[in-house]
Amino acid sequence: MGYLSVVVLLPLAALVWSSRAGGLSVFWHEATRPEAVAALKLTLGVAAVCALVNAVAGTAIAWVLVRDRFRGKGIVDSVIDLPFALPTIVAGLTLLALYGPSGPFRVDIVGLIVALLFVTLPFVVRAVQPVLIELDTEMEEAAASLGARPLAIFRRIIFPNLLPAVLSGVALAFARAVGEFGAVVLISGNIPFKTQVSSVYIFGQLQSGNGSGAAAVSVLLLVISLGALLAIGGFRHWRTRHDRV
Amino acid sequence: MSGITVLDVTKRFNGFTALDDVSVTIPEGSLTALLGPSGSGKSTLLRVIAGLESPDGGKVLIGNEDVTEQPARARGVGMVFQHYAAFKHMTVYDNVAFGLAIRRRPRAEIRDRVHELLELVQLEGLAKRYPAQLSGGQRQRMALARALAVEPGVLLLDEPFGALDARVRKELRAWLRRLHDEVHVTTIIVTHDQEEAMEVAGQIVVLNEGRIEQVGSPRELYDSPANEFVMSFVGPVNRVGETFVRPHDVELSLEPEAGSEEAMVERVVHLGFEVRVELLRADGERLLAQLTQDDVEQLELEPGQIVHVRSSRTKTFA
Repeated sequence: MGYLSVVVLLPLAALVWSSRAGGLSVFWHEATRPEAVAALKLTLGVAAVCALVNAVAGTAIAWVLVRDRFRGKGIVDSVIDLPFALPTIVAGLTLLALYGPSGPFRVDIVGLIVALLFVTLPFVVRAVQPVLIELDTEMEEAAASLGARPLAIFRRIIFPNLLPAVLSGVALAFARAVGEFGAVVLISGNIPFKTQVSSVYIFGQLQSGNGSGAAAVSVLLLVISLGALLAIGGFRHWRTRHDRV
Repeated sequence: MSGITVLDVTKRFNGFTALDDVSVTIPEGSLTALLGPSGSGKSTLLRVIAGLESPDGGKVLIGNEDVTEQPARARGVGMVFQHYAAFKHMTVYDNVAFGLAIRRRPRAEIRDRVHELLELVQLEGLAKRYPAQLSGGQRQRMALARALAVEPGVLLLDEPFGALDARVRKELRAWLRRLHDEVHVTTIIVTHDQEEAMEVAGQIVVLNEGRIEQVGSPRELYDSPANEFVMSFVGPVNRVGETFVRPHDVELSLEPEAGSEEAMVERVVHLGFEVRVELLRADGERLLAQLTQDDVEQLELEPGQIVHVRSSRTKTFA
C-alpha cells in the first residue's frame, strides 16, 4: 500500500496541486481554451476508435494465435510485444516515413490512429490470449451437441467468457492512447484544431511557459482515463459475478 | 429414442490408431458401458458416435439413419462430459434451457421443461445459482438435465463420475440406473472402472487397444470371458502358468487334499467381511485367495504358515 502510494498517488497529488495553483477560475479558463478543447476532443475520439479497433482486431489475433496452427506462429507471437519493447518515438519515426509530409500517404488523422493502434496492439491480444487458452473446449462441444451452430457457440459461449478480458485490454489500450506522446508527437503534425492531441498540446504549453495550462489539461486527461478505467472495471466486475462463490 | 450401429469405424490420430475397424450394435433403450483401460479407444468411440470426431473410415447409424457425415448439432445426442463442461457464465436455469433456447421454443414451454428437469435431477431451488456455486455431483446432475432437455434419441456419458469422490460416485451410479429405468433413453456410458460398468450397465463392450474384445452382459463377461484380457479386466485374477483362476475360487485347507498344492501364507489382509490372503507357492509363484472372515477364523491363518491350496473353475485360453 505504501509502495503504491509513493509510485502512483504522490505524482498524481502533485499534479492536482500544481493545477490548482492559480485557483479554480484559472483552471477552468485554461481547461476550456478552444485549442485545449479541440485537442481533447480529438484525443478522446482517436482513443475511442483505437480502443474499438483493438477490441475486434486484438481478439481476432489472439484467436488465431491460440486456435489456429500455421508456420511461424511462434515468431508472430513474439512480434506482438514489439510495440512494448520499442521506444514509442521510434514507432513514430517509422510511421512518419509512411504518413508524414514526405511519405506516400498524407492522411494526418489516419496516421495518428495507425500510430496509436501500433502502440496499443499488445493490450487486448495479451489480455485475451491466456483466457482463450484456458477456455474449456468441452463447453463448445456441449453446445454443439445441444444443437448450436458455430456462430451461436461463439456468441453465447465463447464471447461472454472472453468479454471481461477484452474489456481489460480495451481499458488499458484506451488509457494508453489518451496519454500517448512519443508515437504521435512526430506524426500529429502539431496543427492546432486539426491534428494536435492533448499530450502534444500539454507539451507545447510547457514549452511556452504556461505551466498552469499544461497542468489543467493534464488533470482533465487524468480524470477521463481514471473514469474510463473505473467504468470498464465496474462492468467487468458485474460480468464476472458468476466466478465469485 | 433409437439404437446405434457402428460399422467398421477406424480413427487415427497422428499415426496412433485409436479405433481399429470397430463394429458394435447398441440396442434401443439399453444402457451400455464402454469399458477399457485408458488409451483403449472407448472415449474416441463415444466421440465418433456424438459427431465430435469424424472417423477415418466406417459408418455410424443412429436409428436407421446414416449420420456419419452429420455434424454433432444435427445428431440429436445428449452429451455429458467428465469435467461437466458447465456453461460457467450462465445460471443453472440457463444451462438447462440452452438447447431449447437455441431451438427458439416459446418461453413458457422452456420454463416448464426446465423446472420439470431440475426436479428430475433434484436441483429445484438451485435454478438461479451459477455452476461455480454447486458441488461436483450437483454440476454433473445439471449437465445431465441439460443433455436431457432436448429429448435426445441417445444419451452419451463420457466418464461422467470420474471427477467425483468415491461416495458421490456410488450415489450417482445408483441414481443413474434409476433415472434410466424412468427415462429409457438409449444410453452409453464410458468408464475404466469395471465395478461401475457392472453395476450400471445391462450390456458391456470391452475395448482394448482400439479393438473390441467382447460384448456381453456383466454376468457373461465375468463367467465366460472371451480371453485373458477380459478375464483380468473384469475382476481380480491369479495366473498360474497358462491357467487363470479368480481369488474367490482358491480354496485353502490345513490338510492335503486331492489335487492340492502347498503354499505359504505371506500376508492376511482384513477388509471387513472379505479377507485377502497372499500366498507364495513352492514354485515361487504368488497367489491371491479371497476368503470370508469366518473361513479365516476357522483356519486360524498366520503369516508363515503352510497351507494346502486347491483351485476350482480355472480357465485357460488358447
